[in-house]
Amino acid sequence: MNAPAYNFAYLDEQTKRMIRRAILKAIAIPGYQVPFASREMPMPYGWGTGGVQVTAAILGPQDVLKVIDQGSDDTTNAISIRKFFAKTAGVATTTATDEATVIQTRHRIPETALRANQVLVYQVPIPEPLRFLEPRETETRRMHALAEYGLMHVKLYEDIARFGHIATAYAYPVKVNARYVMDPSPTPKFDNPKMDNCPALQLFGAGREKRIYAIPPYTQVVSLDFEDHPFEPYRFNAPCALCGAENSYLDEIVTDDKGGRMFVCSDTDYCEGRQAAGHHGSLSAAPYKEKAQEASNG
Amino acid sequence: MYVAVKGGERAIENAHRLLAHKRRGDQSVAEVTLDQISEQLGLAVDRVMSEGSLYDRELAALAIKQARGDLIEAIFLVRAFRATLPRFGTSEPVDTGAMRVRRRVSATFKDIPGGQILGPTFDYTHRLLDPSLAEGFVPEAPAVAEASTAPTPRVTDILGRDGLIESSPEAEDGASVGDLTREPLNFPADRDLRLQNLARGDEGFLLAMGYSTQRGYGRNHPFVGEIRFGEVEVEFLAEDVGFAVPLGAIELTECQMVNQFKGSATEAPCFTRGYGLAFGQSERKTMSMALVDRALRARELGEEALAPAQDEEFVMSHSDNVQATGFVEHLKLPHYVDFQSELGLLRKLRQEFAEANAPDAMKEAAE
Amino acid sequence: MADQNLVENDEPLLVAKSLSKSFGRIKACRDVSFSLYPGEVLAIVGESGSGKSTLLQMLSGQLAPSAGHVSYRMRDGITRDLATLGEAERRFLFRTDWGFVHQDPAQGLRMAVSAGANVGERLMAVGWNHYGRIRDTASDWLTRVEIDTARIDDAPRTYSGGMRQRLQIARNLVTEPRLVFMDEPTGGLDVSVQARLLDLLRSLVAELNLAVIIVTHDLAVARLLSHRVMVMKGGRVIETGLTDQVLDDPREPYTQLLVSSILPP
Repeated sequence: MNAPAYNFAYLDEQTKRMIRRAILKAIAIPGYQVPFASREMPMPYGWGTGGVQVTAAILGPQDVLKVIDQGSDDTTNAISIRKFFAKTAGVATTTATDEATVIQTRHRIPETALRANQVLVYQVPIPEPLRFLEPRETETRRMHALAEYGLMHVKLYEDIARFGHIATAYAYPVKVNARYVMDPSPTPKFDNPKMDNCPALQLFGAGREKRIYAIPPYTQVVSLDFEDHPFEPYRFNAPCALCGAENSYLDEIVTDDKGGRMFVCSDTDYCEGRQAAGHHGSLSAAPYKEKAQEASNG
Repeated sequence: MYVAVKGGERAIENAHRLLAHKRRGDQSVAEVTLDQISEQLGLAVDRVMSEGSLYDRELAALAIKQARGDLIEAIFLVRAFRATLPRFGTSEPVDTGAMRVRRRVSATFKDIPGGQILGPTFDYTHRLLDPSLAEGFVPEAPAVAEASTAPTPRVTDILGRDGLIESSPEAEDGASVGDLTREPLNFPADRDLRLQNLARGDEGFLLAMGYSTQRGYGRNHPFVGEIRFGEVEVEFLAEDVGFAVPLGAIELTECQMVNQFKGSATEAPCFTRGYGLAFGQSERKTMSMALVDRALRARELGEEALAPAQDEEFVMSHSDNVQATGFVEHLKLPHYVDFQSELGLLRKLRQEFAEANAPDAMKEAAE
Repeated sequence: MADQNLVENDEPLLVAKSLSKSFGRIKACRDVSFSLYPGEVLAIVGESGSGKSTLLQMLSGQLAPSAGHVSYRMRDGITRDLATLGEAERRFLFRTDWGFVHQDPAQGLRMAVSAGANVGERLMAVGWNHYGRIRDTASDWLTRVEIDTARIDDAPRTYSGGMRQRLQIARNLVTEPRLVFMDEPTGGLDVSVQARLLDLLRSLVAELNLAVIIVTHDLAVARLLSHRVMVMKGGRVIETGLTDQVLDDPREPYTQLLVSSILPP
């Protein structure tokens, strides 16, 4: 029997070097999708294989890793990926955004401002922002090469003509470094402004589609819009019910089957941090802490 | 009082424990062994090796056992393991002409040098459920004969001698072999990459694509020139020794389709080829592969390419079942955040709609 | 200003020199040369298989000639060989200074996108970034091609054949091109619809001082729109001249046959 033995952070060094070359190229051409030879990973395509490969390629023994899915450290897929690296790389893990050196994410950017020397790794399902306007890869690559982005504006025009405003709520297209139109992955457009001029390095990995792209630190990222219909980040009407935050992205929680709803931060680390610092929302946070304690003991 | 969801970690552990329990099933029933899988479910093992692109019966059997018999899941396990293996180099091309043939049929010629050999096949069996197989069945000993020493040249080589079929393009000496697991795929892709993609492709997908060409979506008038199954030697050219070292024998199935002609003002008409190759005994797979390979050559042969099976991007982007199952199944993952964005947008749109239509509604009510 | 216009009108806009195209043994187009001046409408007539569509594709840079050259005087006044243009330049030319009206509007329109966006796309492609202005311009163009502006948010899928063709024309003209290629623009339309479309085309061409190369098998179309006619047969130009001259007094027997097969105007 050939007993499998795995390298540090799972991938062999040859593969890591290949991925690092793609990452370097991606950083050199901000927003450009670099094809790379994505490997089969032990988790399925569509579950973060691109992000996992990027993380595996950049992770060192000294790194502190945080993994979030939908903003939360405690969703199943985030736990699964965090455990994967804890096991295969033995690196320290954390849920605190400011302690982490590498943060792998699916669908959110943390509320806590990122700083220099942090890397945010996005899991990307469909890297091509033009894909649903033009299905052919050969054609979309040509459109990028020639910076022919009229079609993207046709989509925005149609939104305004039909709804009176741009009706794209997540995966809202951006232009990076005044050149490439890029898909920010399915993050809510609420998060788009955080990408602009960000001190941290942002890397995007799409495993099934075999693409890596990047936004280097302090790079201009502009959400596409019209002069008379400027980009508007999504705003919530109420603060978080647990921590009272007014500027964070909120999840809607259905509390009963009679239409009961409440809104709480999608970024659990941020919310807990605020509660620990004494902030309160409309609902007491005390039982939450107790329960959290219980879960981490279990 | 609302309590934020916690404890996902324990839930996962419990789910995995439950899975392990379910996998084993009723523990009063004997556990299935890898040998049993390899010996008695051999065709499943062959498929997992082919689409997993790793020739190792024991690992494939383990994957099938671990996957509870879900072959795509087993292929996935094998692929994930294969991806981490160091690459020492590329073997010499195997010579299927020198195959120790266990089965070999041609639909184009009644008799061929070396003869037709039926071998172990479902063909011509009556598909009646056989209760005697349920337990304790001891098969009769098969008929045996002295192994023939007659050569078994490939049917396409026989046609090729008379120039009736296009010659297979010879690779340049020392040219590297394309590998889409090591290099990103770009379109248009060369035939070596297309064949690799098809060899790894889902049998069901290729079957449907190949079938569609027969039903008129990109017809290419195929004949089975030959299907052969048997053992071939794999050799590796060791640089420091200076000659090819045999690594062992593997079982392969090869299908060569002979298809309708091409020709032009400067070239005499001749048959064209479609090619299929897979590990183990995988006839349906290799036949489908050969049909699709030929369909994908439409452009190169100057044919109109309108059918799905002739569309290289379409076929190659959707043939891989590990990719496909991952992305389809990822819909199970939470999408709270995106959904929340859509929910917020929808509410806004509905509110705007209500406001825009409110006066009319009032008027109607008044009337 | 007037002087400059004079000078510009004095020089050809497009020059075709010895254009030939073979597909294998078939010579689809043989040794075609001509010059087209600003504001001039040239009709290329002939039966199907005469090579006129192949010629149009070469003239519009979509098909590389087997021999010969096409050169075009760009907006900056410099005349360039189309073969030397990079893909980006060619595509830019195609969405600014050129138009192409297809016989089948579905080929020239985005059928699932609103009429407004269909007209606005070229503007957005060249950097217009103000929704209101794009919409106003689109709306203005719909009026000019006699489409009710109330239909601006409808997709051409819901339009009649004649409306689709007029929308395709608006989409092409919105960037004020100097040269428009047309491939059987009235083909497949009812006779009454054809007449209205030709009328519209004639007034737009005069108003905008457009140069047009129009391929048609319908001599009535040529008579109504064009200044000059080229008659093609078997890949060759067999007769060329002023439209009235060629159609009223054809020299070649083949042209005589073509002319006699249509009703007098």
